[in-house]
Amino acid sequence: MSEKNDILVQVDHLKKYFGVKGVKGPGVQAVEDVSLFIKRGETLGLVGESGCGKTTLGRTILQLHPPTSGKIIYDGQPIFEGEDPWQKDENGQMIHVKTPKPKVANMLPYRRKMQIIFQDPSASLDPRMTVGEIIGEALDIHKLCTGKKERTDRIKELLARVGLNTEHANRYPHEFSGGQQQRVGIARALAVRPEFIVCDEPISALDVSIQSQVVNMLEDMQQDLGLTYLFIAHDLSVVRHISNRIGVMYLGSLVELAESYELNKHPIHPYTKTLLSAVPVPDPEVSRTRHRIVLQGDIPSPMNPPTGCRFHTRCPYATEKCKQAVPQFKEHAPGHWAACHLLDE
Amino acid sequence: MAKYILKRVLMAVITLFIVICLTFFLMNAVPGSPWLSEKTPTQATIDALNEKYGLDQPVIVQLGKYLGNMLQGDFGDSIKMQKDRPVLDIITTMFPISAKIGIIAIVWAILVGVPLGCLAAYKRGTWVDSLLRVICTLGISMPGFVVATILLYLLAGGIEGFKIFPTIFDGTWQSYVLPCAALGFYPMCYLSRQTRTAMLDSINQEYIKTARAKGLRNRKIIFKHALRNALIPVITYLGPQIAFTLCGGFVVETVFSIPGLGRYFVSSIQNRDYPIIMGTTIFLAAFIIVMNLVVDLLYKLVDPRINLSKGGN
Repeated sequence: MSEKNDILVQVDHLKKYFGVKGVKGPGVQAVEDVSLFIKRGETLGLVGESGCGKTTLGRTILQLHPPTSGKIIYDGQPIFEGEDPWQKDENGQMIHVKTPKPKVANMLPYRRKMQIIFQDPSASLDPRMTVGEIIGEALDIHKLCTGKKERTDRIKELLARVGLNTEHANRYPHEFSGGQQQRVGIARALAVRPEFIVCDEPISALDVSIQSQVVNMLEDMQQDLGLTYLFIAHDLSVVRHISNRIGVMYLGSLVELAESYELNKHPIHPYTKTLLSAVPVPDPEVSRTRHRIVLQGDIPSPMNPPTGCRFHTRCPYATEKCKQAVPQFKEHAPGHWAACHLLDE
Repeated sequence: MAKYILKRVLMAVITLFIVICLTFFLMNAVPGSPWLSEKTPTQATIDALNEKYGLDQPVIVQLGKYLGNMLQGDFGDSIKMQKDRPVLDIITTMFPISAKIGIIAIVWAILVGVPLGCLAAYKRGTWVDSLLRVICTLGISMPGFVVATILLYLLAGGIEGFKIFPTIFDGTWQSYVLPCAALGFYPMCYLSRQTRTAMLDSINQEYIKTARAKGLRNRKIIFKHALRNALIPVITYLGPQIAFTLCGGFVVETVFSIPGLGRYFVSSIQNRDYPIIMGTTIFLAAFIIVMNLVVDLLYKLVDPRINLSKGGN
């Protein structure tokens, strides 16, 4: 059980459905039965196409969206536990059944420990507040500073930490460039001295030249402050660079999860193989000779996902079984999980 | 900032000048004259009266004279309704009555309308939202005299033995309640709808998620982050509305027999009491212009992104 203490965040069978007005049934099934754990001090990368539920998963773990069902454990303490109100009846229709009210922990102490860096820096900062107020508000909520002096000093320290001038505290977000705004967002997340940060595509809205600066900064901070990251991105090369382990999502479900190196060298799920083959290679020689897998069709709607394996409509190896049964997400090699029927045979 | 205000004041003067000229010409273009009543006076009397008040001269000359007097602070005297009483004197006695009712009306409209709008946005799609929508749509579409009449019926003697408030305005605090309620109902409903729309927009913004991630409580998120960002359309509406409400509602003042400016303004038009029409129009126009300037200055206070000196973007 010694290993258990190393796990900071654990998620079991987490589901998040968004009800849609006028539509019977569960609505958008954004996160479908995801189980994973994040070890203390590591970076877990999360990749997948746009709309596959990466962001929703990150936000649901922080309970910025109320989860539909499943279990979230933070540092050994359950912060959410709820039974699934959606069951399949004999015709395969989803029906809503009455379940006990989910057990939700008081989130305030956890808001200090779990933070998030948002994708769009300009939208995630309140335009009516100065940078100092934005950072200071977090300090005030958790009563982290005793005096006015300590508060200003802490704000200055945070701004310096993310590479901004201390006099920037009196400016408004719109007076900054995108990269600077993201630094403010990072300073804001750091203000409460968190342990765990969800980086929700923190660099995808930034210029390429600034992307690497921000990634390096995040890495430095992790070393200095011992942070644990859930790093969400759709750019595999960045995730490969920063992550210890990588999870691949497709249409709300986790399809494969492994050590970063292992996943890149030996992907076992057909979808992961496709994703990897789509990463551009800077060497034209290699690029010309390698085999690129191109998927047919579009990503299905999460409002009406395919039965069985959610990937079967686009999988080149799909069999009859894939259409019927949902594959289990299990460990095929030590530390290498995947959900695919083909691997069971 | 000073340059901006100076520019706005200059523009205000020009606007006011145009309003004065337009009103003056239109007023004279309307058929009828101040001297017509049940007993039509003889032509000789009319001519004499016209000559006395300078109405026999060409309109453009009359306008010139009016403007000249106005610049010296003389807005003329009433020629019919309260014969020879200075217009300025009439306005300064009547405006406070209207303004007092108007201020109470607009204050309760803001204090109730804005929170109701927030509530409707926060509970969107629920029965609370639907109920508020019905009430507010009713309030916006019902004419003032209907609201006033309903209030009178319900609370001032329409129901046998149930009379809480007086029907006629007499200056006591009880007599303020119904007029203020009737006058403020429309702005309250309008504000509530306006706030709801603006709140729905800001409540879905990403920075609301940031506030939640910080650990802020719901109520604080709504009032500190969402409402502050939703205030611009509310303030835009409020500026001119305050001017209108303070200058008195004709309908409400008539229903409750309040000797206010709004009622007086309308009867001055019916009576063709030219100096009073001019005086009250200028007063109202100036008030609205000032309120608009105040609103623009408030924008800057509410939204730091607005740069006034660059034409307001």
